[in-house]
Amino acid sequence: MYAVRNWLIGGAFMLALIMSPADSRAKATPDTLELDALVNLYEKVHFNHAKHIMLVKDCADCHHHTAGTLTSNPNCVKCHKNSGGTASVACRSCHFVQPFSAAALRQKDKSAYHNDIMGLKGAYHQSCTKCHAKMGGPTGCQDCHTRSKQGDAFYSAGAYAPPQAHGEGKQHGH
Amino acid sequence: MKRRDFLKGCMACGAAATLGVSQKAWGIGSFEGYPEGMGVLVDLTRCVGCRSCEAACNKEQQLPAPEVPFDDKSVFEEKRRPTEKAYTVVNRYETGKEKGPVYRKIQCNHCNEPACLTSCFVNAYTKTKEGAVIYNSKVCVGCRNCMIACPFNVPGYSYSSALNPVVKKCIFCYDTRLKYGKPPACVEVCPQEVLTFGHRNDLLKIGRDRIKEKPDRYVDHIYGEKEVGGTSWLYLAGVNFDQVGFDTTMANEPIISNVKDFLGIVPMVLTIWPALFTGFHLLATKNKNHTNHEDGHSAQEDHKP
Repeated sequence: MYAVRNWLIGGAFMLALIMSPADSRAKATPDTLELDALVNLYEKVHFNHAKHIMLVKDCADCHHHTAGTLTSNPNCVKCHKNSGGTASVACRSCHFVQPFSAAALRQKDKSAYHNDIMGLKGAYHQSCTKCHAKMGGPTGCQDCHTRSKQGDAFYSAGAYAPPQAHGEGKQHGH
Repeated sequence: MKRRDFLKGCMACGAAATLGVSQKAWGIGSFEGYPEGMGVLVDLTRCVGCRSCEAACNKEQQLPAPEVPFDDKSVFEEKRRPTEKAYTVVNRYETGKEKGPVYRKIQCNHCNEPACLTSCFVNAYTKTKEGAVIYNSKVCVGCRNCMIACPFNVPGYSYSSALNPVVKKCIFCYDTRLKYGKPPACVEVCPQEVLTFGHRNDLLKIGRDRIKEKPDRYVDHIYGEKEVGGTSWLYLAGVNFDQVGFDTTMANEPIISNVKDFLGIVPMVLTIWPALFTGFHLLATKNKNHTNHEDGHSAQEDHKP
């Protein structure tokens, strides 16, 4: 009788152990993300988060210490040696969409150490292209986000490109 | 009545001496910018030469369509400067380092004591309290003195206009943005956040912090902090500034300091010299007999009783 009870307890315990994943954060981590906070001249970015997790492995490479893993950047470690995860790991929770609006400038705490935080657009590009350049990932503008029609007009490119100058006509055998 | 003449002379000279330039005017040359003046910190280690800033300026200031698209990198083959059609340009500099080419954005630096403003005799230029140096095209007579005066060779000129050519340059997006506290179009569009907008005093601190945190990345100098009396657009670079087209021979004095001592003395000179030389003349010719001399005093003294 007691053997059955013990077996049941043990079984229930093992079941509970197996059912709770070791890293429960991974369940909430999305596989793909649509980065559309800055859609204007370019379309949104279809970000393959799962692929980056597989390639980079260390969350701190992109998320600093906010994802719960310890940062190894020697400059950060000075203060953030034991800093854990934060409520939000989304980039835009600290990197504002409009870093230079009058409101943002007023809000800035000039005495804080982090008084030079990049805006969202700068943070994305600085973080992503730095690693891509090293690892052979996409570095061209349209490699990650295609230009919208507005963008074509803005850059006077594509459909809105200026007509070719006369010099270009040389190849036609004039 | 010689004593009266003496006293009159003293009064005249005293008045002339005080006529010189007032104390406030002698302070010209040490203006450090309005306290609420804005500025932009340009971090050349971040620029990749995408030319989005040129495109944004073109759109914001309603400049004519460019000759080549803004994503065309072939323009980097030659060095450009701001013109009537492009208030800002980006140039590429090969420094031979493994870091790769360095790109530099050129536009009006919105100096604290601008040479253009100093040289303009129709007062077309204004240094606003937000930090922008703007100009009034309607007042401009097209003399181009400002183009000669500007140490950075910035103002462009509408050569294309036959009847009313005027000076054209970056105005820090004053009319459409800076007046309302918004950053200029180029700052907003830059994908690499090369351009940091804020109060000039804060930007100097941020610049120093960046240098302190990454001394291997930056040259220990903020270009524009002191050059020609200080500019609102400040630069950080990873290579020596003279390698990327900056003029490093500039004095820390604004351009007006080259002439203010000389010009400040002119009113005094114009008042004193006539009186002084008249005095000399009278002294030199005191006892001589003059023809046509009708002064009653001397005539009396010359007459023999």
